[in-house]
Amino acid sequence: MTIQSSPTAPPSADAVSSTPLLDVRDLRVHFPIKRGLIFQRQVAAVKAVDGVSFSIRPGETLGLVGESGSGKTTIGKAIVRLVQSTGGNIEFDGADITSLKGSSLRAVRRQMGIVFQDPYGALNPRMTAGNVVGEPLKVHKVTSGKGEYLDEVARLMETVGLNPAMMNRYPHEFSGGQRQRIGVARALAAKPKLMILDEPVSALDVSIQAQVINLLQDLQEQFNLAYLFIAHDLSVVRHISDRVAVMYLGKIVETADARQIYDNPLHPYTQALMSAVPVPDPRIERQRTRVVLSGDIPSPIAPPPGCVFHTRCPIAIDECSQALPESRELESGHRVACIRAGTG
Amino acid sequence: MRRSDENGHAEPLLAVQGLTTEFDTEDGVIRAVDGVSFDVFPGETVSLVGESGCGKSVTALSIMRLIQSPPGRIAGGQVMFEGRDLLALDEREMRAVRGGKIGMIFQEPMTSLNPVLSIGRQITEPLELHQKMSSSESQRRAIELLDMVGIPAPDQRFRDYPHQLSGGQRQRVMIAIAMSCNPALLIADEATTALDVTIQAQILELMKSVTSQAGTALLIITHNLGVVARYADRVNVMYAGKVRESGPADAIYHRTRHPYTAGLLHSVPRLDRIAGERLDPIPGEIPDPGHRITGCACRERCRFAVERCTSEDPPIAEVSPGHSTACWEHEQVAAEVRAVSS
Repeated sequence: MTIQSSPTAPPSADAVSSTPLLDVRDLRVHFPIKRGLIFQRQVAAVKAVDGVSFSIRPGETLGLVGESGSGKTTIGKAIVRLVQSTGGNIEFDGADITSLKGSSLRAVRRQMGIVFQDPYGALNPRMTAGNVVGEPLKVHKVTSGKGEYLDEVARLMETVGLNPAMMNRYPHEFSGGQRQRIGVARALAAKPKLMILDEPVSALDVSIQAQVINLLQDLQEQFNLAYLFIAHDLSVVRHISDRVAVMYLGKIVETADARQIYDNPLHPYTQALMSAVPVPDPRIERQRTRVVLSGDIPSPIAPPPGCVFHTRCPIAIDECSQALPESRELESGHRVACIRAGTG
Repeated sequence: MRRSDENGHAEPLLAVQGLTTEFDTEDGVIRAVDGVSFDVFPGETVSLVGESGCGKSVTALSIMRLIQSPPGRIAGGQVMFEGRDLLALDEREMRAVRGGKIGMIFQEPMTSLNPVLSIGRQITEPLELHQKMSSSESQRRAIELLDMVGIPAPDQRFRDYPHQLSGGQRQRVMIAIAMSCNPALLIADEATTALDVTIQAQILELMKSVTSQAGTALLIITHNLGVVARYADRVNVMYAGKVRESGPADAIYHRTRHPYTAGLLHSVPRLDRIAGERLDPIPGEIPDPGHRITGCACRERCRFAVERCTSEDPPIAEVSPGHSTACWEHEQVAAEVRAVSS
């Protein structure tokens, strides 16, 4: 399956150029399951990511949405090479980074910031906020001298809406929203071109979530950042993204721009996902049709044959269990991997 | 929505009045629930909605008398349920209410289920206890209940242990347990928060359908304004231990009379709105539960706040039949809501 950003698709902002900053082709990440105490042999594999392709242009936001076990987090980790991919390749800024090592890997990582979900677990409790934010400056030798370092940390904290006077406080002295701002400041420190945002607002309360979303949008505009925004909440993903890719069991089933994904979802899984997300308006809710999927998400150890979604699909036919559906471009920039999509 | 019984008597099933719950902490007494009042009528769906620390879960636990004491205590108020004050019952009488007349489902099904008892046993136990069923009767009923909540092959799954089930299935079992004794009220405290979106939709639909079939009233406690819009007949918005606005769902969403409610509604990204539209969040941080200020607790984050808000805490008062708000400036809020929607 290949999902390509269509060259004919109009760029969503002036800042967005057409050459991709990140280009992921047929990415596979399989985790082996081993048996045996001394002589370990591989008995199976968790196909966390199984043939995923997408690209992100400079200044663009690609939203990656899916439920638990869909492989969205593993994709983020594979890009920064926190996990090693099993197959496929990852190009960043025109260079293949799939198997870089040592200092060349560090140089690439410098251009990628990453923000994690849990603002409580992602910060070292024994480091002050200032040291957390400033660590990438030291690792990547961005600043020289203590004065420049402190100025830069203060500037970063201000950029994300934190008072630099709080530099010497420890993470537990901050609220969840402030901790997430610290995480964002740290990710920004080495002046990345790409930010991988893995569920950055899921743990936050509604009012704080909105503040952080606005901050992320401001920073993107200010620094022309590209975002890979990974989340399970479709309303948040659609809100912040230019394009949205929907994942299910290690595969991308549909990619479209943020408007199309709501106005005209083509994959039955996207339709069900959309329908499962309630809109905060009782009048609209009364008129919406509900597609409730039966059953649970199958295990990624033994994904169903053919289309991985056919076991829960309301419109599946016999062929769906036979062969993996090819990704087809049904509208400009709108790709879907379903043999029944668009057939009415 | 049914707000009265067959004879037309508008008698609430549950009437919480002035409920106040406090906790002793190292930093002094924290009043987590501060004079909360709301009603649930037979068969209707009511929601308590609010962000972390607003007191919604403590309200539910107080109704069920599940506040651990010490450090907690219910310091005042009444919880009238079917004509009796639950706060005045002794522990033996209260046990007959819990899991009997009032069922409850919590957020984390794995910690709510006993890991060393089969799920079948966990359903038959309340049936034998509350309904004095024999073991063969209760087993038959338990399999029926598992079937009702959509567990496949219920006669085989009956012997399974909680760890053998998925998160969604565990929550189905929780619903079976909660509904086993035909309760008059089911309290769901963030019951679907830990679940995936499509599973969340399954469980909510299930909860709604089993309660409406049995005529059970449903109290949904959540932070999710979408879930509230989809299921609730009436809504109570809580902030810092108090109900700030209360009314029919349509009034809360479309004729908003409290700045905090309006702020929440402006904070959520909506699937049906143009992508990329800017959110208008409530400024500032959510206060710690121990943080109490003079006057209205909302004023620090409120752009409608006036002088009076610092000195006098606005009482909750009716603005139209069934719709109440606790705000001095509710006319201004209403005017703005009208201006935006027209």
